[in-house]
Amino acid sequence: MKLIKFTKKGIYCIPGKFYLDPWLPVDFAIISHGHADHARTGMKYYLCQTDSKAILKHRLGADIQIESLNYNEPKTVNGVQVSFHPAGHVIGSAQIRLQYKGFVVVFTGDYKVKNDHLTIPFEPIKCHEFITESTFGLPIYNWLSEDQLQQQMHDWVLKNQSHNRTSVFLGYSLGKAQRIMKLMEGVDKMYVHAAIHNLNKAIQGSGIPLPQTELLNYDFKKEDLQNKIIIMPPGLLGSKLLKKIPNAATAICSGWMQIRGNRRWQAVDAGFAVSDHADWNGLLSAVKASEAEKVYVTHGSQATFSKYLNEFGIPSAEVKTEYGSDEDDKEVVTEKKEAL
Amino acid sequence: MKHFSELISAIEITNKTNSKIDALVDYLKAAPEKDKLWIITLFTGKRPSRPVKTTLMRQWCMEITGYPEWLFLESYSSVGDLGETIALMLPDPTHKIEKPLNVWMEELIGLRPKSDAEKKIYVLNAWSGLEMQERLIFNKLIGGSFRIGVSKKTLVNALSKYSGIDANQLMHSIIGNWDINSISFEDLIQGEHINYDNSKPYPFCLAYTLEKELPELGNPEEWQVEYKWDGIRGQIVKRNGEIFIWSRGEELVTSQFPELVSAMETFEEDFVIDGEILALKDNTVLLFNDLQKRLNRKNVSKKMLEEIPVGFYVYDVLEWNGQDIRTQPMTYRREILETLLASQTLPNHILISEIITFNNWSELDAIRNQAREFNSEGLMLKQKNSPYHTGRKKGDWWKWKVDPLTIDAVMIYAQKGSGRRSSKYTDYTFAVKKDDGLVTVAKAYSGLTDVEITEISRFVNKNAIEKFGPVRTVKPELVFEIAFEGIALSNRHKSGVALRFPRILRWRRDKTVDQIDTIEQVKQLITNPT
Repeated sequence: MKLIKFTKKGIYCIPGKFYLDPWLPVDFAIISHGHADHARTGMKYYLCQTDSKAILKHRLGADIQIESLNYNEPKTVNGVQVSFHPAGHVIGSAQIRLQYKGFVVVFTGDYKVKNDHLTIPFEPIKCHEFITESTFGLPIYNWLSEDQLQQQMHDWVLKNQSHNRTSVFLGYSLGKAQRIMKLMEGVDKMYVHAAIHNLNKAIQGSGIPLPQTELLNYDFKKEDLQNKIIIMPPGLLGSKLLKKIPNAATAICSGWMQIRGNRRWQAVDAGFAVSDHADWNGLLSAVKASEAEKVYVTHGSQATFSKYLNEFGIPSAEVKTEYGSDEDDKEVVTEKKEAL
Repeated sequence: MKHFSELISAIEITNKTNSKIDALVDYLKAAPEKDKLWIITLFTGKRPSRPVKTTLMRQWCMEITGYPEWLFLESYSSVGDLGETIALMLPDPTHKIEKPLNVWMEELIGLRPKSDAEKKIYVLNAWSGLEMQERLIFNKLIGGSFRIGVSKKTLVNALSKYSGIDANQLMHSIIGNWDINSISFEDLIQGEHINYDNSKPYPFCLAYTLEKELPELGNPEEWQVEYKWDGIRGQIVKRNGEIFIWSRGEELVTSQFPELVSAMETFEEDFVIDGEILALKDNTVLLFNDLQKRLNRKNVSKKMLEEIPVGFYVYDVLEWNGQDIRTQPMTYRREILETLLASQTLPNHILISEIITFNNWSELDAIRNQAREFNSEGLMLKQKNSPYHTGRKKGDWWKWKVDPLTIDAVMIYAQKGSGRRSSKYTDYTFAVKKDDGLVTVAKAYSGLTDVEITEISRFVNKNAIEKFGPVRTVKPELVFEIAFEGIALSNRHKSGVALRFPRILRWRRDKTVDQIDTIEQVKQLITNPT
């Protein structure tokens, strides 16, 4: 059964006549989540998960033609049954399940298997063909537990406070920022950059609760921020705004921070491996749980991961897509525009 | 280990020397006596020899994880560091080991004569009893270098801040002869085992780049002109039979240059002289690249001494028979220097810096441009009445370098760096046009900003042709201006030419691959084919 085809515009469902996260303009696009490399402008019609709707409108424009479905709520498009299932990546992120004449294909979009207590946890789905991301598809990427991570970041904030320093976390505005907010909830007062603040409002607008934060105004009083927690997009590293913050200690939050070379490359005071992607074992567990006959590996370490799966006895092939292999690289561009 | 591990984390994350110093001072305040001595030992490169081979560590890691070798190597090339790759791959710890640094070190020393089987039991137990970061430190203690940017000078500055003792004295103390088992930390830093009066250096007098037209310097007769050399500026201190060589970074480098020490031993007088340490073979100055091979080695082998012998070009004399003569005019100091060096037959590798004779300023430019032919960097212009200043002072000493040669070339290979640079593609290979294709002419890794490197890394990721291993072949698209100090015909290079000391001058975003130089154009730069 050939249900999907990898084309120049994106992943195409042949009988359904729609695309999954296309990167070129198409008539009908089904979107896994709101990140810029998956949800692009120019589609005539969008279909997404309910919690993503407000995010997509916020990022792509209020006038887009958009329809949404809840998780596990099926809809039939040209005879193909389409449903969204939690991917645990960011709020509203979904795996897209396609079923046609008993044949099932799942496209993960981006996902993480670990519960972050913020997004609805990843749901393993059985299928015939599994299209998985592989951003962190090397065995050197093994994330700490949420508790260990929280402890590390908490200790860092306390250490900063003992030196009268303000803790600034840098994380991209959709996903990472809310993750940091959740991890640092209750530690101290949190301020967020306008780009994050606006997204938070869009998320809260669709009825999802978020930890309490305040907008970081450009004319802030230094004494108000002293020793507090600030969250801003990574594009603002080295910005005037960051320089204005009194005694700032800066930390980048990204899965890439797992590697010393990456931590040291950036001129920051700390790096925490906070990721919204599955780590090595997370990817493997999702692949195994799918029980798929064939696994297609997209963006990231696709060559390595698919070679490993083949050796492991799981038929696999790598697929070239236009999805970003570097979350932060992608984000910097969009954040800079938003920061202006 | 926890404390030491935190120190390493704090040091490695920052590129600010002051933050590194603060982290070291915090550590010194709380560390046990014996651990402080080990810190000095480890950061001065006196680490004990490796007790466990890397091949064994690799093998054990693959055994534990069950990963195939290709996957291990793929991960290694992504991390850029073996000890870290292993630390990241191993499963979560099953128990907790907490021991101070000195106990770990003693155990590792004791491990060396043991059998591989015994070593394996010890290492595997440590791996399963340490957190990720501690595991990494443990692997580093076994043998690798930390590559965290703590020079002897940084360490000494931290010790100085902690103790209030003069940094140069501390430099002498930690370099001096001491044994970790028979000295206390306090005695070590107080310098009980040394006589600092014998080694105390003077601050170097430094020159600015010439920023005016020559005639503005006034009467040419008031200026002494010498060749400028690209080696290591050094100060040789000889007092009471002891000889010390200080580098410009105020590090003691005496043990790296035994042939200079033995030459100085032949003098009867005491003195402090300033000059340039150069690779010098058959009366020819070699390039800095060659000299570099001699630097920062624990032991200088006999083979090294023969392959790259070192010499000293003497510029100035600062102290003569116990007298500080730095405030005397340069002509006076030069006379003393000439007398001193004429007082006996000099070994071939100790030379006085030649004074260039010239009649008027206009002659000097031509002299400067010929400097490259014998590997000089250009000229030094010194006011004849000038004292030996402390540090950099404008007006009396000027450096006037030759302009580098340049070509436009396209990047064809990229490789990840190491240490801080291990996450980015920082080492590039460049090519110029040859017939219808391209030919490699140079490999260079310095000269770009972090922002440019990040951008180029992104380009490499998008345009790489192979997928495995450390080197990426990239689409020939990015054009760079490559500067170099010299060029010669060469049979060993496919292009037929060898560039000396190539580096990236700038990224030519305005040029496309059609506009790069051809190999014929490159060859035309050879003025003096040998």
